Amino acid sequence: MPRPGFVLDVDRSTPPMLFWHGEKFSLERLPADRSRVIYPAESFPGLTDPQAAIRDALEHPLDMEPLRALLHADMKLTICFDDASLSLPKMRRPDSRQRIIEAVLDLAAEAGVDDVHIIAALGLHRRMHDYELRHVLGGRIFDAFAPNGTLYQHDAEDPENLTVLGETDQGEVLEINKRVADSDLVVYANVNQVAMDGGWKSLVTGVASYRCLSYHHNPESLQNTRSLMDRHHSALHHSIWRLGKVLRDNGPKVFQIESTVNTDAFPSPFEFLSKREWEWTARDRMTYLATAKTLDRLPRRAARKIFHGIEAPYAMTGVHAGFTESVHERTLEDVYRQHIVEVEGQTDILTLGVPFISPYNPESIMNPILVMCMGLGYMFNMYRNKPLVREGGVIIMTHPTYRDFHPVHHPSYIDFFDEVLSDTTDPAVMSEKWEKRYAEDEWYRHLYRTGNAYHGVHPFYAWYWGAHGQQWAGKVIIVGGDPTAVRRMGFTPASTMDDAFELASDVVGRSPSITHLHVPSVLVADVK
Amino acid sequence: MATKRHLTRRAQQLASRTEHAIRLVAKPLAKYGFPWRSPTVPRGITVPEKPDTLGSNFETDWARRPLASVTRSAFTAGPMKLMTTVLARPEILGLDRLADLARLDDPPPLIFAPDHHSHLDTSVMIQAIPPAWRRDLVVAAAADYFFDKRWKATFSALALNAIPIDREATGRQSADLFRDLIDEGRSLLIYPEGGRSPDGWAQPFKGGAAYLSAKTGVAVVPVHIEGTGAIFGKGMKKPRPGRTRVIFGEPLLSLPDENTRRYNARIEAAVGRLTEESVSDYWTAARKASAGTANRLEGPSTSSWRRKWLLTERRHREISGRNSRPERSWPNLGPRQN
Repeated sequence: MPRPGFVLDVDRSTPPMLFWHGEKFSLERLPADRSRVIYPAESFPGLTDPQAAIRDALEHPLDMEPLRALLHADMKLTICFDDASLSLPKMRRPDSRQRIIEAVLDLAAEAGVDDVHIIAALGLHRRMHDYELRHVLGGRIFDAFAPNGTLYQHDAEDPENLTVLGETDQGEVLEINKRVADSDLVVYANVNQVAMDGGWKSLVTGVASYRCLSYHHNPESLQNTRSLMDRHHSALHHSIWRLGKVLRDNGPKVFQIESTVNTDAFPSPFEFLSKREWEWTARDRMTYLATAKTLDRLPRRAARKIFHGIEAPYAMTGVHAGFTESVHERTLEDVYRQHIVEVEGQTDILTLGVPFISPYNPESIMNPILVMCMGLGYMFNMYRNKPLVREGGVIIMTHPTYRDFHPVHHPSYIDFFDEVLSDTTDPAVMSEKWEKRYAEDEWYRHLYRTGNAYHGVHPFYAWYWGAHGQQWAGKVIIVGGDPTAVRRMGFTPASTMDDAFELASDVVGRSPSITHLHVPSVLVADVK
Repeated sequence: MATKRHLTRRAQQLASRTEHAIRLVAKPLAKYGFPWRSPTVPRGITVPEKPDTLGSNFETDWARRPLASVTRSAFTAGPMKLMTTVLARPEILGLDRLADLARLDDPPPLIFAPDHHSHLDTSVMIQAIPPAWRRDLVVAAAADYFFDKRWKATFSALALNAIPIDREATGRQSADLFRDLIDEGRSLLIYPEGGRSPDGWAQPFKGGAAYLSAKTGVAVVPVHIEGTGAIFGKGMKKPRPGRTRVIFGEPLLSLPDENTRRYNARIEAAVGRLTEESVSDYWTAARKASAGTANRLEGPSTSSWRRKWLLTERRHREISGRNSRPERSWPNLGPRQN
């Protein structure tokens, strides 16, 4: 039985804590008697027979007929799946999406369905490389569908292949992929790594147009999202659910299949990262030292290659199928059961070790904007009820924040950093002044549609993702970051953790309470 | 001419001297009779025949002891791997179908049931089977072929961990032995066809694998091996290096109320589906299997030349069809605007 997550009060005998520092990590000692560390629960065991669990979910769906009964020979079947932004790091083969889609295809073959399309629901994310598609779907599906053009990636900028399905009572227009809209049945194969994923968000963002996404991916929605991990208090999710209702009423029949994975993110020899520090064995300590010293000496590119080469030994912990809303509620129960840690009260300073990866840089570079997005967007939002840090408190992140950008994946990020951030860091101002120009730029559009670039507007969305955290915190300090890049983003650079505490004292006084969110592993703090 | 005569004379002299030397060495032994030499049999006495220790009676327990296992590991990781790589260059697919079982702390034993085209199949399979099962793998080998001479039997047992099996029927002796081995946690490689394909098409599956699986509750993994027949098929004098592909299928278990015959037919169909998957793709194979239009594993019942003809066409697709890279499809961006 895995041990649940808990809050550790730091005293003098507490060992230094592990902090991610991009492609490196460090051990930092937190002040005794006023610091606490939130540890996630240990990884849940995976299903003993995921294949059988998937088949069972397809035969006994929630609030829908079994998939077998929905399939018939002369139908248009479209299967959509989450793109490479899930899971992080990429899970070792076979990926849950491959298992699910193969089970669906077996049933479709039995029913004699000929017209099958498989679409990567990537929204405004970059197109996946062929090797990524192979990894996610497996060689069998790729070889069967890619050569004849029935496995492809959604294009949010293709006017010929987008169609409007309706409008919400608040004037939000649902514009989605035409093939999806024209299908008799749409099956969605999802991986739910955190509570933010899944539900109507899968289709309503994954196969939507830029116009449709702009209704909820904006500063106003994201500043009123409390939090991304709690869909009932998220303006973003409220908008998506309204659009989902339009899809339900005017669109094709949707058969949602959601799967959850455990938190077993690192294989040997990195498994010590998921352990509690006082339980490190002599071998773990040696491995840490050897790895940390090696990473310190390695060129950034080599270290990045090592980390992005990691295949997580995630195991499937649950799978549900059927009507989207019913399925998602069950999925959230599974996710919360694993992630929720009860925490008493807020803190003056929240410390976050930002890792080498975020949903927007698989096989890529964690540029400064993504550091902000990961720290203030994802990690800050790992709460329910109220944020871990009090309003006006200080957030301290550790990350090298290099001024490095991937020119193929993130072309518009480069210009955003140089042009937009040097003008303003206020999400509302940049949305008003700059967003349209980037979103409609022909060159970015071309790179998004034909290359492997994120959409031109994507750096804005990444920035908006952190808008709530940015607005909430009195000060944001990045330890070990490139000072120019950190200052450009409106944050304060510090060279050591002690310096950061010193700088924070301007805002929170000389003896603040400190909370550290222990990463890796995922948790959602239920703050009372 | 003179040189040739000289050489012949020298060779004759050498042969004569060798013969003399052998006689000289053997001479003292001639003095010694029984018990130094084997006894002669008195007239009128019939010596009872010794029990046959070859064929299916060949004892192989010794080949599973630690020393033999270590020797075998060295052999399979060294010369056998080299030979397989040079001759067959195997591409291994479908291992993800076994990944869940392989990751268990104690992976359950399995019965691997591939189609059979060549003696090379066993070495290709030993390289292809994941390490979780390779260590404790025993190979069911034809008793009348691999165990008919002591040197062959010893080599097969030591190098391949082979166990003799009757081709025609799974005799009780073989079945009991396999059941004991599976109970010990060993996995089994068995060719359900009972022998190599004579013409490239598979032969009907015999029920051995299905019977053992039903009796022991161990899953059968259908496997398709492609290309070994063209490298060193039945009747070929020497191997012709080429490429091969091994595709593993989903493990199958006997269903409740399913007799061995039906189970065997299901295993055969699963191997057939993998064969189809290898020449077309996964989706086509699945649809054909569901529609009942899949090509028979044994090929069409037509004249031999047509069978051969079809096989050539299939091989052509196997090599050139699947391995060609699909052209990259670019999205249609509409008419060019100036």
